Amino acid sequence: MSNLALVAKLDIKESLRSRWFLVYLLVFGGLMALFFITGITDSVVMGFTGLSRLLLVYIQVTIVILPIFILITTVKSISADRESAILEYMLSFPVSLSDYYWGKMVGRFLITFTPVFLALLVGIVWGVVKGAEIPWAVFFIYSAFLFALSALFLGIAFFISTIVKSHDMALGSSFVVWITLLAFLDIALIGLMLQNRWSDEVVISIAMLNPLEVFRVGAITLFDPELTVMGPVAYFLLDTFGREMILLYAVIYPISLGLLFAVAGYLFFKKRDLL
Amino acid sequence: MIEVREARKRFSDTFVLDGVTLTIGEGERVALMGPNGAGKTTLVRAILGFYHLDGGRITVDGYTPTEERVRVLERIGFIPQTPPPIKLSLEELMEYVSQSSGVDREAIKREALRMELDIERNLQKPFFKLSGGMKQKLLIAIALAKEGSYLIFDEPTANLDPKAREHFYSLLEELPERVATIFITHRIEEIAGLVNRKVYMDLGKVVEDEYL
Repeated sequence: MSNLALVAKLDIKESLRSRWFLVYLLVFGGLMALFFITGITDSVVMGFTGLSRLLLVYIQVTIVILPIFILITTVKSISADRESAILEYMLSFPVSLSDYYWGKMVGRFLITFTPVFLALLVGIVWGVVKGAEIPWAVFFIYSAFLFALSALFLGIAFFISTIVKSHDMALGSSFVVWITLLAFLDIALIGLMLQNRWSDEVVISIAMLNPLEVFRVGAITLFDPELTVMGPVAYFLLDTFGREMILLYAVIYPISLGLLFAVAGYLFFKKRDLL
Repeated sequence: MIEVREARKRFSDTFVLDGVTLTIGEGERVALMGPNGAGKTTLVRAILGFYHLDGGRITVDGYTPTEERVRVLERIGFIPQTPPPIKLSLEELMEYVSQSSGVDREAIKREALRMELDIERNLQKPFFKLSGGMKQKLLIAIALAKEGSYLIFDEPTANLDPKAREHFYSLLEELPERVATIFITHRIEEIAGLVNRKVYMDLGKVVEDEYL
C-alpha cells in the first residue's frame, strides 16, 4: 500500500469514529427516512410524482446542507492538526507532503460523498421495492452533480485549511464562503442589475460563475428541461448553451474549480512553513 | 552529519534563528540548551523540514529537509515535548509508523515493554486516551524502534515519573555508538552522563558550544 492510500485509509477510519460523521450520517439517512415516512415518494405536487419528487426535495436539501457540512468538517483537517501539534508529529515520519495532503483529501472525499450517495441509492432501492418507475437518467446525472459538489467544497475546504493557521479562522472563513455562494452573490447581483442597469448577459454570466448557482440550474434542468421556473433567463441559457451543455457544465465546472482550489492548497502546503 | 550553515529564520520582524552554524557528526550526544525563545525548537523544526529558512542552509547527510524530506526523515527519530492528541488507535498509529518508516511493529512493542508499557492490552484504544506517561513512553518506543541515525528529543521526560525516566535513560545508554542524539533540555544535570557536548543558544544564536 502506498503512503497516500495509508493516509487515506487512516483518515477514513478516524472519521468513522468521530461524532461529526455520526451526525452527518444521521442527517442524510434521517432525511431519506423522513421522506419515506412523510410519503413524499407517493405524493403528487405540481406534476412531479414518486421518485422524481423525492429527488427534487433531496436536491433542495443537499444544496443547503452538503456544502456547509463538508466545509465545517474538512477545514479543520489540516488547520486543527497544525494547532494541536498532531501535524508536527505525523509529518516527522518519512511521508511526502504530496502523499499526506492528497491522501487526506481522498479519505475525506470518500467519507463525505459516500453517505450522501448511499442515501440517494436507498431512495432508489425503496422505489424499486415499491414498484415505482425509476428515473435512471435523473439518478445518474444527479449522482454526478453530488460528486461535483462534494469535490468543489472539499477543494475549497482544503485550500482554506492550508492557508489559514488557526482553526477558528478556518471555520469563520468556511462560513463566509458558504453564505456568499448560497445567498449573497445572488442578492448582490440583483442589486447590481437594478442599480447599474448592467446587461442581462453580463449578470447571468457572473451568476454562472457561482458553482452553487450552476448546481441549482443543472438540477432544475433535470426536472424542468425548459427551465420555465427561471423565467426569461431560461431563453438566454437554453438558446446560448442548450440543455446538454448546461448539464455538462454543471458537472465539469465545479469539479474543475474544486481541483483548482485543491492544487492551490497543495502548493501553499508545500511552499510555506508547515507549522 | 547534520550541517547547519548561517541558518536564518524570521517570524514577523524577529529573527528566531540569526545565523546559526552547527555541525553534528555521527555518534555525538548534544544537549541543546537556552532560555525560552532562544530558537532551540525552531532549529529542530527546521532540521525536520517544517520551516523554510530565510537564509543559510541545513543538510542532513547531504539532503535538504524541505526539498528531500523523505530522505531526511528516514534518518531521524523525533519525540516532541508534549504528546499530541492523535485520534488514531495504537494499532493504527503503529501501522502508520510501520509502513511509512519501515519499522517492525514487534520492535515497537519490545521497546515499549522495556519502558514497562504493554501495548497489546491497549491496541484498540485511541492514542489520546492514554495517560500522559503512557503516551510519552509509546512515542519514545517508536523513536527508538525506528533505529535512525539521529534521535531528536524535545524535553522528552516532561511527562514521565522518576522510575520511567530512569528506564528511559538506561535505554539511551544502550544506543549504538553511531547514533547521534540532540536533547532540548533545561536541566543538563539530568542527562549529564548521556551527552558529550553542550550547545547553548540565546536570541537565535549559538552563544556557547562546548565538548564535555
